[in-house]
Amino acid sequence: MSEMLFEIRDLRLSFADLAHKPLFGAAPRIEVLKGLNFDIPRGDVIGIVGGSGSGKSTLGRAMVRLLDVDSGQIRFDGTDISQMDEATLRPLRRRIQMIFQDPMSSLNPRHRVATLIAEPLRLHGFDQVAERVDFALSQVGLPLAFRNRYPHELSGGQRQRVGIARAIATEPEFILADEVVSGLDVSSQAQVLNLLEKLVSDMGLTLGFISHDLSVVRRLCKTTLVLHQGKIVEQASTQALFDAPQAQYTRDLLDAIPLPEVTPGWLD
Amino acid sequence: MSFLELKNLNARVGPLPILRDVSLQVAPGEVRALVGESGAGKSMIGKAILGTLPDAIRITGGEILLEGEDLQAMSPKDRRRMIGAKVALIPQDPLTALNPARRVGPQICNRLVDILGWRRREAEARVIELLHEVHIPAPERVMRAYPHELSGGMRQRILIASAFAAEPQLIIADEPTTALDVTVQKQILRLIRDMQARHGTALLFVTHDLGVVSKLCQSMTVLFGGKVLEDTSVDQFFSAPDHAYSAALLAATPKYTDPGGSLMPVPEATIHAVEAEIAAHDLAHQTETVRQ
Repeated sequence: MSEMLFEIRDLRLSFADLAHKPLFGAAPRIEVLKGLNFDIPRGDVIGIVGGSGSGKSTLGRAMVRLLDVDSGQIRFDGTDISQMDEATLRPLRRRIQMIFQDPMSSLNPRHRVATLIAEPLRLHGFDQVAERVDFALSQVGLPLAFRNRYPHELSGGQRQRVGIARAIATEPEFILADEVVSGLDVSSQAQVLNLLEKLVSDMGLTLGFISHDLSVVRRLCKTTLVLHQGKIVEQASTQALFDAPQAQYTRDLLDAIPLPEVTPGWLD
Repeated sequence: MSFLELKNLNARVGPLPILRDVSLQVAPGEVRALVGESGAGKSMIGKAILGTLPDAIRITGGEILLEGEDLQAMSPKDRRRMIGAKVALIPQDPLTALNPARRVGPQICNRLVDILGWRRREAEARVIELLHEVHIPAPERVMRAYPHELSGGMRQRILIASAFAAEPQLIIADEPTTALDVTVQKQILRLIRDMQARHGTALLFVTHDLGVVSKLCQSMTVLFGGKVLEDTSVDQFFSAPDHAYSAALLAATPKYTDPGGSLMPVPEATIHAVEAEIAAHDLAHQTETVRQ
């Protein structure tokens, strides 16, 4: 077992720029990740922040291998998974899970909650599926009666809990959460954040938390990585980063956040 | 006298109340926030004023007064003309507000031409002037662009310019910065505030973001379940909110200056108390209707 759960080395990823594709010949490439290097130790809660287009979601999706990378290494528990094919990757998928921003589009609307949570368990050949589903539901604080509900019968916060239950059901070591509270009202947001915090400590999870909201990251994460235009501009412990941001871009981001308190002249 | 006044406005979807005796006032030049979580009815109030409520929602009582005149007593045509001349909207998502298949310029001139009867050349000159005012470089070129060729912040600037074009006395802004990055959001908020101050326009700012409210607005109306819980000044709200729900909402909002540990979800007891308040209100309302 390697001490670092993830070791990312010179990670590069580009997309084809189809808007500028010539009639004949290949489309030009847009570099989205421009050589990233960082480690995630076991048990860390790492916030990945940046503006839109910074590459934070692309980075997350590359780490869990939903996207293919151009070059570089993604070492998960010591093994480079960056070029692995899907079949070799499958057993690892149990250990790496993801929670998406919009549970309404990531949960199949025609399946009941129990089926949704059972799906990854069945795929990975778990036994005692029903018991595990119940356990996952209790872990996220949903009543067992919710087993038979459909996603549309739940509130936004409850749907996001189902997404979390589905992710923790296979007892993963790493969960990537991509903007999971940005669609929620502040009251459900607070509940979901408290839940994630509890799960991390109860289950010994390592969590990658992608967000544009630095106040939320401050609340939840131990370390924070700031991305801007596909490069890491700053990585530090959350406390150090917020107390003494080093990069100008981080300072600009912090200055632009409207805190819920009256500050005369803030807009001037 | 207030420019806009809602008096006991009620609206329903079928039997379900959406707005419950909503009363609020906006004075000329006032910047008022309309705050609530999703489903509180904040956007519905904006739509009721503009007359763009979905067909399923019926206004079942109350008045919407613009400069003392009841909009609902007017003919649809008079109402459209009055709204078109005096009220404008800054929508949440400029991409859905703009037609993707048409150039930006003609789209934003249309309201001036079609509803207010300006000549097209006048309208274009006015819009270009305003695009300068919202700090858009090379407005003539931007007028010929399609919406997808512009960034989110740029599109929102264009809609702000378009909202101010006819010198309305009231602008309803429905979550205009929710889709933007924080750095762009700050620029857009500053722009809205500067434009509002320069033109003396009243602003009804619909949002769920208490941070934005504290920086931009003077007064605020807090909604829950279509009912006004609190009508207060921004200074008062952020120093000592009156309603327990308001205080809970404030406590649930994370601040990056607060290290972990202080975040409290709105307690269920508070939610139950507000729901009981609303149920009592509905009961009183029904009794009154039956008595009448």
